[in-house]
Amino acid sequence: MPINFPNGILKEHLHTRTAAGLFDVSHMGQFTVRSDSGKNAARALEALAPVDLLGLDEGRQRYALFTNSRGGILDDLMIINRGDHLLLVVNASRRDADEAHLRHAFSNSCAVERLDERALLALQGPLAEAVLTRWCPDAASMRFMEARGLSILGMDCVISRSGYTGEDGFEISLAASGAECLARKLLESPKVAPIGLGARDSLRLEAGLCLYGSDLDANTTPVEARLEWVIPNRRRRGGRREGGFPGADVILRQLAEGSARRRVGLRSKDRTPVRGGCKLYQDEETTTPVGQVTSGGFGPSVNAPVAMGYVVSAESTPGNVLFAEVRGKRVPVAVSDLPFIQPNYKRVEQHRAEK
Amino acid sequence: MLKFTKDHEWLRIEEDIATVGITQYAQEQLGDLVFVELPAPGSGFKQGAAAAVVESVKAASDVYAPISGEITDVNRSIVDDPSLVNSDPMGKGWFFKMKIADPTQIETLIDEAAYWALIS
Repeated sequence: MPINFPNGILKEHLHTRTAAGLFDVSHMGQFTVRSDSGKNAARALEALAPVDLLGLDEGRQRYALFTNSRGGILDDLMIINRGDHLLLVVNASRRDADEAHLRHAFSNSCAVERLDERALLALQGPLAEAVLTRWCPDAASMRFMEARGLSILGMDCVISRSGYTGEDGFEISLAASGAECLARKLLESPKVAPIGLGARDSLRLEAGLCLYGSDLDANTTPVEARLEWVIPNRRRRGGRREGGFPGADVILRQLAEGSARRRVGLRSKDRTPVRGGCKLYQDEETTTPVGQVTSGGFGPSVNAPVAMGYVVSAESTPGNVLFAEVRGKRVPVAVSDLPFIQPNYKRVEQHRAEK
Repeated sequence: MLKFTKDHEWLRIEEDIATVGITQYAQEQLGDLVFVELPAPGSGFKQGAAAAVVESVKAASDVYAPISGEITDVNRSIVDDPSLVNSDPMGKGWFFKMKIADPTQIETLIDEAAYWALIS
């Protein structure tokens, strides 16, 4: 996947928000996890992730996190219940580590298969449905975070209604040998443009979605990352399946008492883009930072710089003004709610908003 | 007289004033610009010092003073509309004017033919 195609990042970004963008995200890792019953695979994965998988219905997809014994995030991933197995989509950079982690944890209980011969195409944007249904009419009735096995051009695909842009759209897992054929068919539509990594990053940033390695890492907990919404009540203190995942002591305590730092959105008060790595200060003079930007840049749909980062919790109230150090100068930024844009998901019901 | 630098900047030299901008090649490499920061008029720069900053959606880059001198004028319109640098890099997208401190430095610059050879 290139940084951009000839249209450039700005046009690719805006095209995805107004029409449809095609992303070849085949670099993402795909795994199946199988056991003698689907429930046992879900139970086994619940021992690695503070989420509800026993309650994940067949044909549904869920965002999840692998945690370590200190409560840090080892990876963020998507899990689909395919009935007789679970299908996992993980970050490319974490594929090998995740595989080792799964095999070590499941040595006897579950079979883990790495699907290196599978490609993943994402078709995202308000016109994604209109484009995809030409080749796959059944996709029209799908709702956000639903996943089905469907045939496109005679090829078996697993299609989920989800993505990484804040837009409605689909992710299509299929044999790598058929991916080019499908990509070419989808690109035949004038509604579809190919999108590179640059716009993928600006789209997910505006949508308030984290990038593993930048916004999340092994030293960051789900509570610090403001991802506690993935942890259902039944796995929290007093819940029916309380704890039982790596780092539960740390994470459950932070859920009850709060964490010392929190992920926040940041909006520049002027036009200066504030990028990952910039330190954040309370005012224009102090030398001790109160936080750091982890992702940032220009948001083409917001038409202004947008960023996210971590600040001490006392500074995390929306509207609070901090100063980012950019090239030796302190630039005022306001703590902001996430996401920066109104997501356009095809929801099945009113979902809990990301807070 | 039109001159270029290996850092993909151009200078239009008229008497003791040089108007400075970035080349067509540079704007293509940077992509759509979204932010420009210009030096303060009256400030002085040594040849090769970072004098301005441009940011595309991709990344931030410095624009260097191609020669030593004092800034006499800056193009505020590219701060308000950075896309002018993309659409007209050698015209409406100019960055700043400098009073040339040391005319011998002009010898260190390259001409248009040499610049074309550099990028082709």
